[in-house]
Amino acid sequence: MPHKLRFYLDGEIVSLSDIDPTMTLLDWLRYRAQRTGTKEGCAEGDCGACTVLVGELSGERIDWRALNACILFLPMLDGKALMTVESLKGQHPVQSAMVDLHGSQCGFCTPGIVMSLVGRTMGACGTVNVDPADVLAGNLCRCTGYGPILEVSEQNPAAAFDDVHIVDALKKIRRDDMLILTHEDTLSGLTRRWFTPRSVDDLAALRLEMPEARIVAGATDVGLWVTKQHRVLDNIIYIGGLMTGIEETPQGLTIGAGVRYAEAQAALARLHPDLGELVRRIGAVQVRNAGTIGGNIANGSPIGDTPPALIALGAELTLRHGETRRTIPLEDYFLTYGQQDLQPGEFVESVFVPALDATDFVRVVKLSKRFDSDISAVCAAFHLRIAGGIVTFARLAFGGMAGTPKRAHATENVLTGKPFTPEVLSVAAEALRQDFTPLTDVRGSSDYRLEVSGNLLKRLWFEYHGESREAVHG
Amino acid sequence: MADAHSTQSPKVHASIKHDSAPLHVTGTALYTDDVAEPAGMLHLAFGRSAHAHARILSMDLDAVRAAPDVVAVFTAADIPGDNNVAPVAKDDKLMADGEVVFMGQPIFLVAAKSTKAARMAAKLGRIDYDVLTPILTIAEARAANSLIEATQVMTRGAVDLDAAPHRVSGSLEIGGQDHFYLEGQITIATPMEQGGMHLLCSTQHPSEVQHLVAHLLHVNSADVTVEVRRMGGGFGGKETQASLFAAAAALVAAKTGKPAKYRADRDEDMEITGKRHDFTADYDVAFDESGRITSLRLELASRCGCSTDLSPAINDRALFHSDNCYFLENVELISHRFKTHTVSNTAFRGFGGPQGMLAIERVMDAIAVHLGRDPLEVRQDNFYGPGRDVTPYRMPVTDFVADRIVADLVAASDYAARQADIARFNATHPYLKRGIAVTPVKFGISFTTSHLNQAGALVHCYVDGSVSLNHGGTEMGQGLNIKVAQIVADVFGLNLDKIRITATRTDKVPNTSATAASSGTDLNGWAAYNAAMTIRERLAAFMAGRNGVESESVVFEGGVVRAGEEVLGFAEVCRLAHFNRISMSSTGYYATPKIHYDRKTHTGRPFLYFAYGASVSEVEIDTFTGEYKVLRADLLHDVGRSINPAIDLGQVEGAFVQGMGWLTFEELVYNDKGRLLTHAPSTYKIPCASDRPKALNVDLWRAGENREPTIHRSKAVGEPPFMLANSVFSALSFAVAAATGSRKLTLDAPATPERILRALREGTA
Repeated sequence: MPHKLRFYLDGEIVSLSDIDPTMTLLDWLRYRAQRTGTKEGCAEGDCGACTVLVGELSGERIDWRALNACILFLPMLDGKALMTVESLKGQHPVQSAMVDLHGSQCGFCTPGIVMSLVGRTMGACGTVNVDPADVLAGNLCRCTGYGPILEVSEQNPAAAFDDVHIVDALKKIRRDDMLILTHEDTLSGLTRRWFTPRSVDDLAALRLEMPEARIVAGATDVGLWVTKQHRVLDNIIYIGGLMTGIEETPQGLTIGAGVRYAEAQAALARLHPDLGELVRRIGAVQVRNAGTIGGNIANGSPIGDTPPALIALGAELTLRHGETRRTIPLEDYFLTYGQQDLQPGEFVESVFVPALDATDFVRVVKLSKRFDSDISAVCAAFHLRIAGGIVTFARLAFGGMAGTPKRAHATENVLTGKPFTPEVLSVAAEALRQDFTPLTDVRGSSDYRLEVSGNLLKRLWFEYHGESREAVHG
Repeated sequence: MADAHSTQSPKVHASIKHDSAPLHVTGTALYTDDVAEPAGMLHLAFGRSAHAHARILSMDLDAVRAAPDVVAVFTAADIPGDNNVAPVAKDDKLMADGEVVFMGQPIFLVAAKSTKAARMAAKLGRIDYDVLTPILTIAEARAANSLIEATQVMTRGAVDLDAAPHRVSGSLEIGGQDHFYLEGQITIATPMEQGGMHLLCSTQHPSEVQHLVAHLLHVNSADVTVEVRRMGGGFGGKETQASLFAAAAALVAAKTGKPAKYRADRDEDMEITGKRHDFTADYDVAFDESGRITSLRLELASRCGCSTDLSPAINDRALFHSDNCYFLENVELISHRFKTHTVSNTAFRGFGGPQGMLAIERVMDAIAVHLGRDPLEVRQDNFYGPGRDVTPYRMPVTDFVADRIVADLVAASDYAARQADIARFNATHPYLKRGIAVTPVKFGISFTTSHLNQAGALVHCYVDGSVSLNHGGTEMGQGLNIKVAQIVADVFGLNLDKIRITATRTDKVPNTSATAASSGTDLNGWAAYNAAMTIRERLAAFMAGRNGVESESVVFEGGVVRAGEEVLGFAEVCRLAHFNRISMSSTGYYATPKIHYDRKTHTGRPFLYFAYGASVSEVEIDTFTGEYKVLRADLLHDVGRSINPAIDLGQVEGAFVQGMGWLTFEELVYNDKGRLLTHAPSTYKIPCASDRPKALNVDLWRAGENREPTIHRSKAVGEPPFMLANSVFSALSFAVAAATGSRKLTLDAPATPERILRALREGTA
């Protein structure tokens, strides 16, 4: 019998079959379910007008997270609970607070903002103990200047919320076998299939069977292939819920490929605060609740939010092919632009980041036009050991400076064995020109990237000597 | 008791919530795309130019027509009437005909059963081009003398740049800006009987859409009805730019007989629609020891793009605001309006004013840095004042209050002490530098095209005492409808729950001006007041007759009408009036008095009055990276006697943050082929919540009152506070100067981290 995807919405189980597997949740809500409160502002996960809450069963409770419906493929909801602005029935105190404090003007971004704020009152993932502005970094508003909305965020007006019946409902639709959806697509003429394996072993077997299938984790990148490029993906393997382990040992940190940014953030911050801040600046809550560390590495972006930092820290990648695994230095994974060391049938399983010594000096810097929720012009990671005023070890890696995240070997050589002085750092800054010939694009010119990367090296001297970076970086 | 000049009415001057707020927060406010789609509706997408400038040699659209779910494909040849969607000059085509003049220009139109099918099919057109060399930048257009109209010059006095002890020259680049309304461009066209056409359109200018669509379809304007309930943001971007999408939908609906929806996706919207003009400003200024300007020569140049659109008026407004708050006795203001093969730039909140004003603020800063004087004092010494009170276009400045606002703001924001703190910080920190700046705003209110300053309204009272309110203005979030409803409720002495705000429709109020130029409440508020007063006077006469009292003595208050000894509920009065055959429906009309302008000589009184404000911003930059933060900003703005302080504060704060975005990291990047590379929020960054300064103090100026007889003595608020963000740019310039010690200011806008770093390098070079 063909499978149906099932999810919980407002007291009902929605059951769907024969859908385009890359239909976005937003399109389904707006054009199939006539729930038009959720808006499309950009269809690329950058504006938050489509923010919804998605709940996952976690033991006897529901973990809620704010997500962008515009780049969420409908089958990703299977077995989960959905809450949209309509679910609130106009009765949530966030809604009345938004009215009372004049938090809406044109009102188009407002349902998304309401959902982000409601998620926060429910303790949704990625929104606990964070700055009120951080909760909203993924919700663009062009009218208000955010003041009244931030006030609501600070008040955090919660409502009693009983999700026992949702727990029961999700238990009923919990699936132990692989979800397989098939769709005869009239637009492309293709038979398109969606697979959600329930174990890593199943994934490994399926991957061998279909090495050409597209693996999707958070869809924060692949979602745009569909909404922006109108690409037709025939076979999709969704790995949500797999490889989600985080293991912290004295030797270091192992992060499963399926760990979402929001969940990796705390563990990485414990390794070094700059790593936590780096992850905090990836997208915004909705993106960090979807995107995974493994996806970030596997897609081989030249910017690579986390890879420069992970490379500087000497991270190792475990790749799996059927029953066999191999472990390689992360830096070796990125071959050239658009090409990675990934064999047919292979997939990224986990990344290991070695622990730091107390003597390690680490700085990770992301430079972008807008401070939050932007993509780096340059991402730089510096990992130094300095003993007796001499640099005994230097490992530097950059994103945005080449076709791949890449180490600066020539610069490392200039530093290693030299005294840690402004003069040596200036020489090292010049050496970056041997390591990199960056491109000019919308995020920065080649000259800027080189100059500012050198400046970051020079600034290390002040940072090492405890000069605070104060407000600009706060 | 209503008196439109009164400042005491309880319904007006009250912080009443936006009428749609409860709908916004529940997702039940209907935007165009939220209306249920009828069966058979067609969805549209343009096939668009791959070149900025080319001749179309041939088009093969067979693959488009054969694509799945495609119903029809149209080109310029299918247009029954004018292939024109331009507001003034008839030089914007719905679809290119023979020649393309910007990258991404619509060439053909696909109608399909789904949006996805239409968008996919639109990529299948095969078009052969004879590619021509495009003119893309201001510099290229200058070299080619490519203009949309003759260079305009506004002069007064005798400019002599050598006659003063000091002289400084320099130049400033000012970037453009995308509107980034959250709701993209959209229209639904529905064919009606007998060739009629109904358009549900997200537009600031329903009447213009109506007339353009009528001419395009070769029908009468009366056959076309345009309706707008609300927009998800406009900011000027839906003043002329909605017409293209409306025309496309109307064409398909007329041709196929089926309802048709054009919903632009974000990238397409940003590629096809015009933006704020980017400018260059070259100044040469002479001044005395105190910094007072004796002569100024300022040469502005803007990139208008491929057509005229509203560029003449926009560039005029740049000239009108090149004085800002400063008396320019001897001045030559030159304005080049360059034609390029880029999207046609258009209206955007401030309408050229921000660019002109930023230029003169740079002049002030350059003078201050040159003399080593406090920039605030230099500004104050140049302010309009007694005997120094006529603008370069010969309009007397009779309502100048920027000096008082600045004085109040400087005191409230602790400017002097903070200046000293900043000097100490800059002396000690090795690589972080701070800057602080005060900038004033004087913004002229009225459309400078005088005939646009008129408005109409339509008010009905029903027999149950409820009121239907309609006017020609459109709601884009600015709170126009609630303000006008307050005015009408006040006339009848009713609570707001008796007033039904209805969608703007061209068949209710005809021949309206765009909701633009900050004029929405000034114009439509008066028109609605006049309509309501006509009805009230009839009701008052009726009640006076019943009770043998004077009409003027009849009072409408608290939901009741008092005439002599008789006190009746408003509903009862309406019921009785109906039985006595008294009309309870009226139009209302308003035309702004006193204004006139001669564009040939650039003299006259283009504005009824000025709106004023001032801001002080403090910033910090990292001299290694060019990163920055706005640490604190204090805004004080004059809205006259505010009709709704909460709504007005929202406008002030929102405008400031939007202006900050324009001057900091909102950067439009084109490649050397003329392709816009920043066409989505992934690459074009508008301010997000954390960019709002942690300390942002916003206040309406309590002493404000309009000297002109505006509705309830209020002042327009939509655009003026946008320019409060100029202090952010000045403060950044000073932070850079603090690092370099240079007497030259080289920072250009937008001040991205990269530009800050470049200014630091140029300053130290």
